[in-house]
Amino acid sequence: MKRFLGFVKKEFLHIFRDYRTLIIIFGIPAAQILIFGFVVRTDIKDAGVAVLDLSGDEITQRLTNKIFSSGFFVNNGNLLNYNDIDATFKKGNTKAIYVFEENFGSNLYREGKASMSIITDGSEPNVATLITNYTTAIVNDFNRELNNDAVNSVLLIQPEVKMFYNPKLESHFMFVPGVITLILILICALMTSVTITREKEFGTMEVLLVSPLKPLQIILGKVTPYFLLSFINIILILILSWLVFGLPIKGSVVLLLFESMLYILMSLSLGILISILSKTMQQAIFISFLGLMLPTILLSGFIFPIENMPKVYDVVSKIVPPSYFITIIKGIMIKGIGITFVWKQTLVIFFMTLLFIGLSVSKFKVRLQ
Amino acid sequence: MRTILYLIRKEFLQIFRNKFISKAIFGVPIVQMLILVPAITFEIKNVNLCIIDNDFSAESRGLVNKLEGSTFFRITSSTWSEKKANDLLHSNKCLMVLNIPEGFGKEISSGRPSKLHATVDALNAITGQLSWAYLNGVISDYNTNIISENPGMIQLAAIPRINITNRYWYNEMLDYKYYMLPGILVILVTAIGFLLAGLNMVREKEIGTIEQINVTPVRKYQFIIAKMVPFLIIGLIDLALGLIIGKLTFSIPFEGSIMLLFLGSTIFLIAVLGLALFISTLSGTQQQYMFSAFFVMIIFILMSGIFTPFESMPMWAQKFDLVNPVAHLIKFNRMVMLKGSTIQDTAREITFLSAIALFFTLFAVRRYRKTA
Repeated sequence: MKRFLGFVKKEFLHIFRDYRTLIIIFGIPAAQILIFGFVVRTDIKDAGVAVLDLSGDEITQRLTNKIFSSGFFVNNGNLLNYNDIDATFKKGNTKAIYVFEENFGSNLYREGKASMSIITDGSEPNVATLITNYTTAIVNDFNRELNNDAVNSVLLIQPEVKMFYNPKLESHFMFVPGVITLILILICALMTSVTITREKEFGTMEVLLVSPLKPLQIILGKVTPYFLLSFINIILILILSWLVFGLPIKGSVVLLLFESMLYILMSLSLGILISILSKTMQQAIFISFLGLMLPTILLSGFIFPIENMPKVYDVVSKIVPPSYFITIIKGIMIKGIGITFVWKQTLVIFFMTLLFIGLSVSKFKVRLQ
Repeated sequence: MRTILYLIRKEFLQIFRNKFISKAIFGVPIVQMLILVPAITFEIKNVNLCIIDNDFSAESRGLVNKLEGSTFFRITSSTWSEKKANDLLHSNKCLMVLNIPEGFGKEISSGRPSKLHATVDALNAITGQLSWAYLNGVISDYNTNIISENPGMIQLAAIPRINITNRYWYNEMLDYKYYMLPGILVILVTAIGFLLAGLNMVREKEIGTIEQINVTPVRKYQFIIAKMVPFLIIGLIDLALGLIIGKLTFSIPFEGSIMLLFLGSTIFLIAVLGLALFISTLSGTQQQYMFSAFFVMIIFILMSGIFTPFESMPMWAQKFDLVNPVAHLIKFNRMVMLKGSTIQDTAREITFLSAIALFFTLFAVRRYRKTA
C-alpha cells in the first residue's frame, strides 16, 4: 500500500509539473460547455428564404409578411421566374423558395383553393424538413385566421399537449448533457492513453518494471490522480451548466456524482488499455482521438436520436459506452429519475470498466521486447 | 527545391515506419465512413406511443385504430394508470402518452367538443414538436372524417384552403447520406492531418531530433513545407478514397467539377496543416499538443454547421466561423458535390480559405525558431 501511494504521488508530481496541460484539462471542459451550450442547436432561426410570387396580390403579401415576422426566416429577396431558382440555391445562402401560383388570391376566394409550393435545398435535409414543417404550420395558421370562426366550430376534438421535461422547448436541455458526455470521455481517455506509452517511449518504463510494483498497482496508480482531477472537473462542469444555462439537477445529486465517477473511471481505464496496446504516443493519441470522437458524436444519441437510425444501429450503439451515460445523465438531470430506471445502464458501464481494467492487466507486458 | 524533396522523403519514411499509423491513416477513414454514414437520419419514425383509453367507446377505438395505421407511430403499450404511463416516459420506453378522457365518445357523437390530453417527452425539443405535430395531424384527419360522416354539420369543402406542396431540390428523397458523407469525410481528413502533422513536429522536439535539423542550413520555410506536403498528400488520398466509397457504396451524386473540389480541399488542408504546425511550435510536449489540438478541433467541428444548422447559431458564433476553415469547407463541399456550384458561386469560400491558409502558414513559419 505504501509503495502504491508513493507511485500515486509520483504520478501527481508528473501532472502538476506540466502546469500548461493542467490548465488545459480544467479549461477545456468549461470553455466547451459554455460555447456549445449557446451554439449547438438543432432548431432553425433566421434561415434565408426567397419568394417567387407569380401573383403579387394582397393575400400573398399578407401571408409572406406573416411568415417573415415569425423570426424563423429572413427574407432573401424576390425572384422573378422559375429559372432563377437553381442559380439562387447554388450561391448557398438561400435555403428555401416559396412559390405562389398566379392569381393566388382570386383562386382562393373564387374556387376555394389556391396553391403555394415550398421548394427547399435538400442538400441539408434537416434544415429542409424543418423549414417545410415550420412554414406549413404558419400557412395553416394563416388559413385558419382567414376563415376564423367557420373552422373553429367544426373542431370537435380539441387536443391539448403538455411538453414534458422541457416545457420551453430549449435546445440546450438536450445538448448540455450530450456535451458533458462527449468531453468527459475524450478528455479522460486522452489523458491516460499517453501515460504508459510515454514511459515506454522515454525508456522510464524499465524503471517501473524493475520496481516491485505489480501491473495492477501500476495501472491503478496511473488512474488514481486523473480520477481525482476529473472528479473536480465534473463538479465544475455541473455548477457551470446550472449557473449559466439554468440546467437543473432534478434527481439526486449524489447519484449523479456517483454515476459520473463510474463513467470517468470507465473512460480512464479505456485510455489505459489504449496506452498499453500502443507502441508510441502518436499511435495512442491517434486511436483515442479518432477512434472515440466521431462514434461518440454520432452514435451516442448526442445529436442524432438512436431510435431513428436503421435497425442494425440499435446493436452498434450498444458497443459505444457513451450511449449508456447519455441516458443516465439526461434521466437524472432533467427527468429526475432514480436508480430504479437506470440500473441496467449503470451495470453495463460497471462491467465495461472491469473489462477494460482486466484486459489492461492481462496485456501488460512485464518484460522488454 | 532539392532540399525540400529530400526532407519530404525523410518525412514519408518516418510516417510509414510505424506500421500501425501507416495502415490506420487509410483504414480508419474507410471503416468509419462505412459504419457512420448510413447511421444518421433526422427522419423521425416509429415514435413509441402509449395510450390511456379511459373511454373505451367506438369513437376512441376508431382514433386508436387510425393511429395504429400510421407509420409514424407505434403503439407500444396501453394502460389505465397514469403513473405507469409516466414510468414509461421516464424510462424512454415511450415518447408520448395520449390520454382519452371518459365520455369522449359520448360528447363527440352528440356534436359537442371534447378534449384529448397528450404528454410529449420534449427533452429533444425537435422530436417532441414534430411528434406532436403529427399526432395533431392524425387527430384533425379523424375530426374531418367524423364531420363528413355527419351530414348535419358544416361542410369543410366550402372553406377556402391553401394547398401546400413541397419539393426538395438536389436531394429529392431527402437521403441523409448525401448530407452526412461530405461532413464525415471532412472531419476525418481534418483530424488525421491535424493530429499527425502537429504530433510529428512536437515529437521531434520532445525526442530532440529537431536539433539535428536546426544545425543544418535548411531554411525555416523549407522545413515547414516539408512537414506539410506529406500530410497534404495523405489527406488528398483519403479524400479520394472517401469519394470513391461514396460513389460506389452510397451512390452519392457528383454534380460539380472534381477539379474544383480538390482545389478547395487542397487550400483547406494547407490551412489546417498550417494551424497544426503553428500550435505545435507553441507546444513543448506531445501531451500539450494533443490537448490544444483537441480543444481547437472540437470547436471547429461542432461550430462548423456540419451536423447542426449554421443559421441557428448566435451571431457571434457565425462571425467566428469566418476564421473556421472547417465551416467554409463543409459549405463548399456540399455546394460543389450536391448542387454543382461553380467557382464563381463559391468564390467567397475559396477566398476565405486561401486567406486562412496563408495566415496560418505564415504564423507557423514565423513562430518556428531554429535556436533552442
